[in-house]
Amino acid sequence: MDYGTAGTALATGLLFGFVLEQAGFGSPCKLTAQFRLTDWSVFKVMFTAIIVAAIGILLLQVNNTFGSQGFYVAEMYLWGTVLGAVLIGAGFAIGGYCPGTSVVGFGSGRIDGLVFMLGMIVGVWAFAGVYDSDFIQTVVGGTALEARTVPEWLGVSPWLVVAAMLLMLAGGFLVGRALEQRSHGVYSAEDITEGRDPGESDELGHDLGREASAGRRGETD
Amino acid sequence: MSCQVRPLWPPFIAGIVLGLVVLLTFVLVGNGMGSSGAFARVATEIGLQVAPEATRENAYLGGMAQGNPLAAWIVVAAIGTLIGAILASVSSGRFRVKVDRGSGRIGVAPRLLLALGGGLLAGFGSRLAAGCTSGVGLSNTAMLGVAGFVFLIVFFVVGIVISLLMRRVW
Repeated sequence: MDYGTAGTALATGLLFGFVLEQAGFGSPCKLTAQFRLTDWSVFKVMFTAIIVAAIGILLLQVNNTFGSQGFYVAEMYLWGTVLGAVLIGAGFAIGGYCPGTSVVGFGSGRIDGLVFMLGMIVGVWAFAGVYDSDFIQTVVGGTALEARTVPEWLGVSPWLVVAAMLLMLAGGFLVGRALEQRSHGVYSAEDITEGRDPGESDELGHDLGREASAGRRGETD
Repeated sequence: MSCQVRPLWPPFIAGIVLGLVVLLTFVLVGNGMGSSGAFARVATEIGLQVAPEATRENAYLGGMAQGNPLAAWIVVAAIGTLIGAILASVSSGRFRVKVDRGSGRIGVAPRLLLALGGGLLAGFGSRLAAGCTSGVGLSNTAMLGVAGFVFLIVFFVVGIVISLLMRRVW
């Protein structure tokens, strides 16, 4: 790997970790609150990011700017993707992280993030140990779907897919806002740093503007 | 509290910036951002140090063992992710060395066991899906890939169902 490639990898990785931490995604409480439907930050951040990147890529592809028509899209092996997503979703609900966010959790000082990372290494060894089995070979060895992208698969314009995703984001935002207001479950920076449960502090009558400083919090009690 | 805890970025701001980072990664590298691949490389390197023959002969790790597993792009990106998270949390007063026990209803040892078990499932699953939430869920979906959409739907449904069983923890 030359210096240019290494520098690019380091810089893009650094930006990635920086943004995820600023979103609060080093906190397993905030991350798993998406699955309890009390804090919709994961959905909002991910879906917004996907749509922004997708629109940028589509615009670049009009004139093949930066060779964008050759950007990599992995093929889909249905059972590998489905079973992998099952295990990663379960691992997220149980361990509190996904692979990338465990690194962010560790980077913000969380020992449990480091332990999750160690668990992943063991998980790779476990996979390597049973890789030759008939079951795994059947799962990973099937044929890939011929179409790699949804527009190809459905035979529609990619912009129609982006429009549908924008509608989903708007719908998710409205549903999410209603559920967040009902549960008072959105974790603030202070909640995730000091290990507080936002629902509980509301019940005790604390300041609902949870980004307020500790001093102001006292006054409003 | 010695240093003030700065607020988190609003989700839509964080989402827009994250989308631009993914876009930048595609422009600079030709593929999206990933995370789990780095763990496969590190697992291979540790295997080469501890049990070199078994690792080279393994049908899965053997391929990655050719060349230097740690020289892969994705390993450097993961180191960057760690540095970025340190910079963000320290500069925002959010860096705390601790075991995050969720709502605090479970002890340190059970929490670490759950983290280890969750990591094990995610590590295994990421090899089946050839990626994780970053590489498949975020980057592949940004390319409107079928795999990304399938991954996200299954990931969210399973996460919601399993988290019903985890209420005592979080």
